[in-house]
Amino acid sequence: MSGKETVSQAGESVAWRHHHVLDVDDFSTAEIELVMQTADAMKDVLSRPIRKVPALRGKTVFTVFYEASTRTRGSFEAAAKNLSADVVNITAQSSSVTKGESLIDTLNTLEAIGADIIVMRHPLSGAHYCAAPYVKANLLNAGDGWHAHPTQALLDLYTMRRHKMSVNGLKVAIVGDIKHSRVAHSNIWCLSKMGAKVTLCAPPTLLPAGMDDPQGRFPDVNVTTDINAALQDADVVMCLRLQKERMQSGLLPGLREFTSGYQLNKERLALAKPDAIVMHPGPVNEDVELAGDVLHGPRSMVNEQVANGVAVRMALLYLLSGSKEL
Amino acid sequence: MSAKVIMTADEMRRSLARMAHEIVERNRTIENIVLVGMHTRGFPLAVRLAANITSFEKIDVPVGALDFSLYRDDLPARSLQVKSTAIPGSIAGKVVVLVDDVLYTGRSARAAMDALIDLGRPEVIQLAVLVDRGHRELPIRADYVGKNIPSAKDEDVQVCLTEADGADEVRIVREED
Repeated sequence: MSGKETVSQAGESVAWRHHHVLDVDDFSTAEIELVMQTADAMKDVLSRPIRKVPALRGKTVFTVFYEASTRTRGSFEAAAKNLSADVVNITAQSSSVTKGESLIDTLNTLEAIGADIIVMRHPLSGAHYCAAPYVKANLLNAGDGWHAHPTQALLDLYTMRRHKMSVNGLKVAIVGDIKHSRVAHSNIWCLSKMGAKVTLCAPPTLLPAGMDDPQGRFPDVNVTTDINAALQDADVVMCLRLQKERMQSGLLPGLREFTSGYQLNKERLALAKPDAIVMHPGPVNEDVELAGDVLHGPRSMVNEQVANGVAVRMALLYLLSGSKEL
Repeated sequence: MSAKVIMTADEMRRSLARMAHEIVERNRTIENIVLVGMHTRGFPLAVRLAANITSFEKIDVPVGALDFSLYRDDLPARSLQVKSTAIPGSIAGKVVVLVDDVLYTGRSARAAMDALIDLGRPEVIQLAVLVDRGHRELPIRADYVGKNIPSAKDEDVQVCLTEADGADEVRIVREED
């Protein structure tokens, strides 16, 4: 990756080393701070009467989604347009993928058309890692299988910091289908780097293996199957969507067992700190993982997360556009 | 590397005082003036110019800070860090004096004007710089200049300010190969 030094007002230099953004696991805390600061500036742009700046004028951003998405794709498109980039959207259903074109060939085709930045979502974990060495454009991961969703983790961090100043030492409870959640996986990396105390809570069949190992990679992450223990004194509660496939594949006996044991409702939220905030990456299955009154209640950050997502994605597009080719 | 001091702290203080007088002289209605410092070193200079105007005219002049990174046309060379833009009140109908440390190619001033115009429609935009070192690449000139310093392109003009660098001084630095 190409090194680029920038000097801040205080004189210390911040390196941005990323040509691609595949996950947050290879971000330094200084790089995460740079994304947060840049997102602040973008938030500022979004609050102005003219919500558009020319930073990416003449650049073309392709969004390639092999999986359905409303907020991530829409948010990337809005972010790119706010920076004056041209945006081309490709969905797998209507592309040559249906004719058998390979992933790498598809991405090289988009480069030949003129893509400077490619935002991709793919149902296979690691698809971006497989393709990245063959792509000269900047590749931005908008979700790969169960593996990672780096922009979601960064916008979640940004949202937490707008309400809690710093996440260092905060108790963040992540409740729901952790095992199959790329959002949870990227959040565990990001929050652990920033010093939060993460507690994962799910039925045993929906917990990833090895997370409760104190000698493992995440010694500060707690794992529990008891939602009351997870919510006790939490500063942030993050719920995850329960996918219906989990019932069909036999990981859960039924919806009712899940909601009675793991739904975040008013009574359970009372266990968390009085100023705790509630987050959900969306889309929400209302009254499954998250009760409707909590979802639409005053502590819910769900819509703010979406709004912050535009600023954070603008920040990443901007930072990537300044990086040099490999 | 050789460095030569071309403006001392005293000279800088006097230049800023003169520029503040010129700003007042040129603009009859000083109530309408907003000083906007261009990040990074333009902002402390704008604060000093405003303090000078306040001491001469007994009037408070609003001071803002402008980051124009998102408006630059030189993407590869730019600094990645975007700082906050904070301008008190609306600039619509105001006389905005953009303040920067060094005027060189004029590209920063061009980007700053674009950034400013997106925030509102000022009546007039003027440009105040501590050092004009020449080598313009755009048809831009400063209204208020602390010192004209002819320089070579391979030289670097460095403005040091107490607020950012611990001391007031302007140096001309030449990389020797």
